[in-house]
Amino acid sequence: MNAFGELGKYTSLLYQALRSSTEFSTYRKSFSHEMVKIGYDSVPIIMLTGFFTGSVMTIQSAYQLDSAFIPVSTIGAIVSESILIELAAVISSLVLAGKVGARLATELGTMRVTEQIDALESMGFNSISFLVVPRVFAGVLMFPVLYIVACITGIGGGILAGIATGAVPVSDFLAGARMYFAPYTLIFGFVKMFVFGFIITSISCYKGYYASGGAEGVGNSTTSATVLSCMIVLLADFLLAALLL
Amino acid sequence: MIEIKNLTKSFGKNLIWKDVSFQINDGETIAIIGRSGSGKSVLLKHINALLCPDSGNVIIDGSDINALDYVSQRKLRQKFGILFQGSALFDSINTFENIAFPLRFFTDKSEEEIRDNVMEALKLVNLENAHDKETSELSGGMRKRVGLARAIILQPKYIMYDEPTSGLDPQTSEEINELIIRMADQFDVTSIVVTHDMHSVLSIADKVAFLDEQKLSWHGTINELKDSEQQSLKSFVTASEYQINSKKR
Repeated sequence: MNAFGELGKYTSLLYQALRSSTEFSTYRKSFSHEMVKIGYDSVPIIMLTGFFTGSVMTIQSAYQLDSAFIPVSTIGAIVSESILIELAAVISSLVLAGKVGARLATELGTMRVTEQIDALESMGFNSISFLVVPRVFAGVLMFPVLYIVACITGIGGGILAGIATGAVPVSDFLAGARMYFAPYTLIFGFVKMFVFGFIITSISCYKGYYASGGAEGVGNSTTSATVLSCMIVLLADFLLAALLL
Repeated sequence: MIEIKNLTKSFGKNLIWKDVSFQINDGETIAIIGRSGSGKSVLLKHINALLCPDSGNVIIDGSDINALDYVSQRKLRQKFGILFQGSALFDSINTFENIAFPLRFFTDKSEEEIRDNVMEALKLVNLENAHDKETSELSGGMRKRVGLARAIILQPKYIMYDEPTSGLDPQTSEEINELIIRMADQFDVTSIVVTHDMHSVLSIADKVAFLDEQKLSWHGTINELKDSEQQSLKSFVTASEYQINSKKR
């Protein structure tokens, strides 16, 4: 199928999911389950990603800005701003495309090839709405929460790396971070994560829902869900930067 | 009553069958037989609109299921219970929850009533002690029986069985055949069974529809089947009988 055909099918899936949404009680259990799977279960990997991103940024910035004319607090400003405006959102989302996106595509793909989706339909469920809505809503809500985790651990990692290498004292790091902090940066980060959460969960659900051809088909849908999610996240990152900054 | 009128289906350029027409009366058990790849399961999925035909109609109790809006179609689907080929049990929940699943969403029953209904359904399929088992712990025959318990839990008017005995040992196949007969007798349901197991057909069916060469090649009662001189049907039945006799030897 060509790109326009895929886009049409994807749009149709989202339309059907939202049009046929019933009362919240139908999704409550599945929604809370997905909040835990997408949000809580992703905290360790997001903490790890954030921590090392901040640490490496600090060490590399210190190396590049090693000059008597540049105050060390600049490192704190660069690291914290980079994390808040870009790295916490984008790097976390790319990691989550692998963790959350792959899981969603595999789960729905397996349900498709083992006729579990047909079983839902035959019972009278709207399988698209039943399976897609709670997953996408949970993603949209939990991605911004994970962004906060990534920001805190990223800046924390930067501070610890500054102390460990002796490149930046804590007070200078924090002074630099405060000096250039703009609340809009944080809002921009939240907007990004909201959009990335929607992109990753909806694309992965779409790829999984329409998987076909047994184990190989599920594998292919998982791969294409992850790759496509990453590509669209990067494209959306560019568009959001161009539109909102 | 189910009326299938001039049904034609292709997947891309691959024609599955064309102009398939027959009728299933209330209370009957019909077996849809044919070689692997003849489109038996595809036909079954057309009956409750899990697949849409290229042309033709499926009339369920006077309503053309494909002409209905989505909400009415879903309501009509609740007249059907389906036992899928691989059982299609939800692997994220246990046996009890699989059977309780339709009750929780489509009825206002209390937790106690749900428990009673589920245990009753499990008793019908001789699996009272399996209620707390995970689906991964169930054998092939047990999965089929749990699938059947789930299919009957909303007391459907029609039960469809997709290859109910495939992959099972002869003794378990016999138990499944007995269950199909018991369901038809006890609940007065109309049963549609897709199979290529002639032993099963001869045990359970009142009527037979034979798919061959991309069409409904033959349709009649089980007695007419035994006397039929149609060559392709005879070959299919003879091959199956040979298999059964070989197993006996």
